[in-house]
Amino acid sequence: MLRVKEAYRAGLYAGQPFSAPNIFQTSSSQHQPAGSEARWRCRDAAHHANEDRTVMRLSRHLLLFLPPLAALALVAAGCDVDHARTTINPVTEYGRAIQDVYVQIFWWTVAIFIVVEGLLIYAILKFRSKTESHEQPEQVHGHTRLEIAWTILPAVILIFIAVPTIRTIFAVAAEAPAGALQINVTGHQWFWNFEYPEYGIRTANEIHVPVGRPVDLHLASGDVIHSFWIPRIGGKRDLVPNRTNRITFTAEKPGHYFGQCAEFCGASHALMRFDLYADDAGSFEQWAENEKSPAVAPEDPKAREGATAFLTAGCIACHRIDGTPAQSRIGPELTHVGNRDKIAAGILDNTPENMARWIHDPQSVKPGALMAKLELTDEQVDAIVAYLQGLK
Amino acid sequence: MSTAAIAHPKSFWREYVFSTDHKTIAKQYLSTGIFMALVGGLLAYVMRMQLAYPGQAIPGYGTIDPQSYNAVVTMHGTIMIFWVAMPILLAAFGNFLIPLMIGAADMAFPRLNMLSYWIFFLSTVVLLASFFVPGGAAAGGWTSYPPLSGSAAYSGGQWGVTLWLLAVAMEFAAFLMGGINFITTAINNRAPGMKLFDMPLMVWMQLGASIIFLFSVGPLIAGAVMLILDRVAATGFYNPATGGDPILFQHLFWFFGHPEVYVILLPGFGAVAEVLPVFSRKPFFGYRMMVYATIITGVLSFIVWAHHQFIAGIDPRLATAFSITTILISVPIAVMTFAFIATLYKGSIELKTPMLFALGTLVVFLLGGVTGIHLGTAATDIYLHDTYFVVAHFHYTLIPPVFFGFFAAWYYWFPKMFGRMLNEGLGKAHFWLTFIFMHVTFIPMFLLGFGGHHRRISNPQFFEAMQGPEAERLQIIATAGAIGILLSQIPFVVNSVLSLLRGAKAPANPWQANTLEWTVPSPPPHGNFETVPQVYRGPYEYSVPDRVDDWFPQDAKV
Repeated sequence: MLRVKEAYRAGLYAGQPFSAPNIFQTSSSQHQPAGSEARWRCRDAAHHANEDRTVMRLSRHLLLFLPPLAALALVAAGCDVDHARTTINPVTEYGRAIQDVYVQIFWWTVAIFIVVEGLLIYAILKFRSKTESHEQPEQVHGHTRLEIAWTILPAVILIFIAVPTIRTIFAVAAEAPAGALQINVTGHQWFWNFEYPEYGIRTANEIHVPVGRPVDLHLASGDVIHSFWIPRIGGKRDLVPNRTNRITFTAEKPGHYFGQCAEFCGASHALMRFDLYADDAGSFEQWAENEKSPAVAPEDPKAREGATAFLTAGCIACHRIDGTPAQSRIGPELTHVGNRDKIAAGILDNTPENMARWIHDPQSVKPGALMAKLELTDEQVDAIVAYLQGLK
Repeated sequence: MSTAAIAHPKSFWREYVFSTDHKTIAKQYLSTGIFMALVGGLLAYVMRMQLAYPGQAIPGYGTIDPQSYNAVVTMHGTIMIFWVAMPILLAAFGNFLIPLMIGAADMAFPRLNMLSYWIFFLSTVVLLASFFVPGGAAAGGWTSYPPLSGSAAYSGGQWGVTLWLLAVAMEFAAFLMGGINFITTAINNRAPGMKLFDMPLMVWMQLGASIIFLFSVGPLIAGAVMLILDRVAATGFYNPATGGDPILFQHLFWFFGHPEVYVILLPGFGAVAEVLPVFSRKPFFGYRMMVYATIITGVLSFIVWAHHQFIAGIDPRLATAFSITTILISVPIAVMTFAFIATLYKGSIELKTPMLFALGTLVVFLLGGVTGIHLGTAATDIYLHDTYFVVAHFHYTLIPPVFFGFFAAWYYWFPKMFGRMLNEGLGKAHFWLTFIFMHVTFIPMFLLGFGGHHRRISNPQFFEAMQGPEAERLQIIATAGAIGILLSQIPFVVNSVLSLLRGAKAPANPWQANTLEWTVPSPPPHGNFETVPQVYRGPYEYSVPDRVDDWFPQDAKV
């Protein structure tokens, strides 16, 4: 089976609509630094787990006898799974607030687990009946003081867990400070629209934030419940129809961060992604300046042909391109789609081939998506792709 | 009520199909539950294969598209909770044991009991039928949150979700009747001399579970009916377009949904509480404390529900309150755990199969319990919510009571139910295989969850981060473990079938236990007790000094 798997990864099955290697071969290099850092930190945790094993030596048999105990040590070391989506490697105040309380609770629970499981296993091993002697156990019905003690003890431990928890609940629910950059986020099946009222910008699936300035996200939904989550930055927080939830954070250093819808939202829930770019102030302003300008009419004849096709073939029913008659807001905003790194909500790299494939048959990329399969000729698709790719 | 008042049916239909005998109804619930466990297990197999080998044809199923995958996930959860855990732990063992353990001839309302089973049966048919309607079974998750579940446009399939809701509402109506029956029987029909604090803990746990269910299920049935109306009659209870509030459903669902966890947990723990004293020949340590802990768990279970909505944008003051209640509920559970351990302490422990499963319940549950603290505190829940950590957590929480607890009960009461002994060797093989593969399956999921792999993803290959060899290896290990769990049930099936046919005849009291069900023949006759038993003492008087026998039945005169 493993061999089949490798063949699959090598792309032998590339003809299948969901062939991963075909779709996702890129961008891992961007994540490399983050990943290796995560790995290093986790090694550290594993090291601690090793030290703690000395505590476990309540009984010689213990580790052998008790897979769950070994398992917990494994869990401690578990972040060895090397990737950018790990939550255990935050880069914002928001993320660190959670990280701090998480580490505390983690070690509390490790201690509780070891002690209680140790007692349980000890009792089982120690008091197995010796068939020959068959001694009668002493008849004990209870011990009031002991029972009161083991009611109070967990309650006391829980206070140590509750206090930092409550502090963090309020910290991550805090309102954005004055002067924060407001961004309106709307989730749809299955893409994201972003709007910057301060700049008059509308864009989709790719969010840019300036480093050092707090952002104030207003989260809403156009259809079902979604959830905003950038593992290393912040979230999760749900996008609920008829409500506006808010979340605030400040990016601290430039970078590219992966985001994903975290609330089950239908057939292509797994394919509802986005990217966040934290830019330094200069490049953010540059990006914003460009984004708020309307689309420039194409010069290239093929792209002009595409612009016409876009307006006549049906695309206009759902998409908006500022500066043209296309003004519908059903689908993602396309005014500067040529500038984005990904298309189809973080699913495909923004290349002419991928875009053509997407326009030809959206359902093969994102099952259940509302984007219609229009009856377009290959020439029409190529022209539309040339037009959209030119929307820088 | 004397046994003479019980009519003894003669016809096949009245005796085996439309029976009012609590023992027959228990077996009907049990067989339906085991059959549904098989369905749920096969769905788990399909799911795990897709996750380990995404996009490839699954042997026995074929390739699976995202919509069908979501349906498989939804139905696996629904079936395992509502059509396996509930009928087996609550309905089957509650039905079988409550009258026998309290010295009653039958349930208080035998006909209501029969009606309850047949409505449940009908709900099972409706649920299974939903696999075959156009658009397929419900694919909105086992929680069926609107708006996703509110319209075919969002989750596909017009009929799947409607039938799902109908089946759930019917099933709960059925269990409501069962619950009323359990409560009435335990309160009113106890044998003379049996005070409330002489009841076996299993009866307490069943009583607690039934009361919790009774008080929590109303809002959910109402919620389900409103959602059906939203779907078929275009009402707007949850529809944002007409001013409805989808969050309302989350409240109604979890107001039931979290107490439901304890509805399942308590009977499983009840089985453990019966088995431990018998196989360590010691009285239960702190019986009254255990009862109080059960009651407190029941009360607290009603005020923890919003911890499922920490990320839905609830007010931080509310999140604080629910965080505190949620972690507080671990106190009575800790008390129960300590009581179990103290019962073992200085006992004379015999590791027979029922005991192995009872101990397995505790050993495994502990990991589910401590990981619950990670999720119950709102701050860290933000991290792990909707990841595979949650999946691993609730399997570690639910598999111990539901499967280990069920198997402990099965191996312990099988002789009483069917009059035959089970094979010990096959039983032990069943335990160790299940125990080992359980960890092989779910420990990798903790790791994947830490890594950020979230739930309900039809294909992990969609994420470059999930394509690393480590992540793939973990997926394959988990899948191998799941298949291992399924195969580990072969000794269970073989053992049960062979023992039913050729097992040694069971004596009335094979384990030398005290409770009343062991005073009647195995299997008990219709009407249970020849004469109404007189109860003289509590259920756990083992190793009483100066007695020849080390057990002391509840109805034995001094």
